[in-house]
Amino acid sequence: MLRYFATRLLSLSLSLIAASIVIFAVIEVIPGDPAAYMLGLNADPDAVAALRDTLGLNGSAPSRYLTWVTGLLQGDFSQSYTYRVPVAELISERLRVSAPLALFALLLSIVIAFPVGLIAAARRGKPADYGIMAVTQLGIAVPNFWFAMLLVLVFAVQLHWFSAGGFSGWVNGLFAGLKALLLPAIALALPQASILARVMRSSLLETLHQDYIRTARAKGLTRRQTLLRHALRNAMIPVLTIIGLQFSFLLAGAIIIENVFFLPGLGRLIFQGITQRDLIVVESVVMLLVFAVIVVNFVVDLAYALADPRLRKRR
Amino acid sequence: MRLPFQLVLGAALFAFFALAALLSFVWTPHDVTVLTIADKLQPPGGPYLLGTDHFGRDVLSMLMVGARTSIAVAIVAVGIGIGLGVPLGLWAAAHRGSLWDEIIMRGNDLIFAFPSLVIAILITAVFGPSAVNAIIAIGIFNIPVFARVSRGAALSIWTLDYILAARVAGKRALRISFEHILPNILNVLIVQGTIQFSLGILAEAGLSYVGLGAQPPTPSWGRMLADAQTMIYTAPRLAILPGLAIVLAVLGLNLMGDGLRDVLDPRLRRVRR
Repeated sequence: MLRYFATRLLSLSLSLIAASIVIFAVIEVIPGDPAAYMLGLNADPDAVAALRDTLGLNGSAPSRYLTWVTGLLQGDFSQSYTYRVPVAELISERLRVSAPLALFALLLSIVIAFPVGLIAAARRGKPADYGIMAVTQLGIAVPNFWFAMLLVLVFAVQLHWFSAGGFSGWVNGLFAGLKALLLPAIALALPQASILARVMRSSLLETLHQDYIRTARAKGLTRRQTLLRHALRNAMIPVLTIIGLQFSFLLAGAIIIENVFFLPGLGRLIFQGITQRDLIVVESVVMLLVFAVIVVNFVVDLAYALADPRLRKRR
Repeated sequence: MRLPFQLVLGAALFAFFALAALLSFVWTPHDVTVLTIADKLQPPGGPYLLGTDHFGRDVLSMLMVGARTSIAVAIVAVGIGIGLGVPLGLWAAAHRGSLWDEIIMRGNDLIFAFPSLVIAILITAVFGPSAVNAIIAIGIFNIPVFARVSRGAALSIWTLDYILAARVAGKRALRISFEHILPNILNVLIVQGTIQFSLGILAEAGLSYVGLGAQPPTPSWGRMLADAQTMIYTAPRLAILPGLAIVLAVLGLNLMGDGLRDVLDPRLRRVRR
């Protein structure tokens, strides 16, 4: 186990280092001077020189990379040029919207997918199964931002149950905050729930073919008991993997969904950074998202090594 | 042989959009680059079968040209994935256990760990929003997919007797890979290609929606949706049609992928992710 943990930790660090180099390099290849790029065409040469100085652009590329990374490690994301506040401050403020949104969506997707996948597997080949498979097939094909627009159309424009977007913060209480995040979370969760339900179903069907299931049935357990006691637990490994992978899609999806609902989250921050040419903000937010995804995948790897001892030996 | 129903249905759905896209090269009901402000926001019917948008452009014509944009972006992105990913995968399989195999597969894991849309946004943000940059951004993430799939499929072929025979006959790994392995993993590649194709259409729509895909005046489904959002109170119809086009095209490809898998490789009834 220790060996497994060590190799995973090594690959985690390598991934993070490689990711930071890639992101740094992408920003680096922008034609021309980043400072001039950020200040626009009619910039005062003195202002450009001053910005170059604050950005630390006068060193060589490797030394600038090192400064950037050591800054990140100490939680110093340097200053946003347009907002004139530390980027770390901006990010932590926006995270209060994006993180609850992604978690809310993940929770919804699990709550929907588990029973649906279970029912489909239990009723294999019956109308309920076909119905669920058809609906989830459709769910996979729906772009989440379009589904979000449809939700706005129905629940905000027609029924007036929700506002069409915006977020007034958590100061008005938990309920108001969650209400503002409900439609975006549903929009994010639907495609993910469709995928998860299908994985759940096929993983259950696969375990139901195993010998130990026949043994359990032979010793007199009912179908339902076998399904819930023996099959479900063994079917969880692929489901866990997909949940881990989905986290990455949820974070990326949140970027787009936040634009549909005008939510002041990380996604909006990235696009504001892009339009205002605030590269430091863009670079930091992208690095943070990649970091989150890599760490979540690492945690999932460890989680199923704990759940399934067979995996520890394999590599 | 009887073709599965979902394959026929999926192929029909997708063929509908592919034909519309092809037709748009030679004919559309109206010119999509001409703005007829006097005819803005016309309801469906009359000279405009599906109505007009806020610039008086014909929605049907825009959907047809939009199909062309989506399909073109997805085809090239899948092409990049196959063109670079398959040789890498074959190479890794031919030299399994070697340092190259290790480097290629770890590189794959690395790209997989990246949230693709976030990186696509970064790429298009830095190099400027355009269809070409969207293609590159989507295509890069297809490379590890095809590398992994072709390596996995190739490894199982390498253990077969006829490969041993080819080696005894003195063929080199490269020649075996292209003459014997590649034709035998084509079925897996076709199925994966269909799946990546549908993911490509979704990704293109997402990037265009946030303004990082094809630029005006080229119509694209994603941008039509972005434009429609500002008019969701006055003309909700504009927000529905392009989305429906995306769903049906993607659904068609997904059904086709599932059906092809059943026909081409019954052993490979894996789960769709």
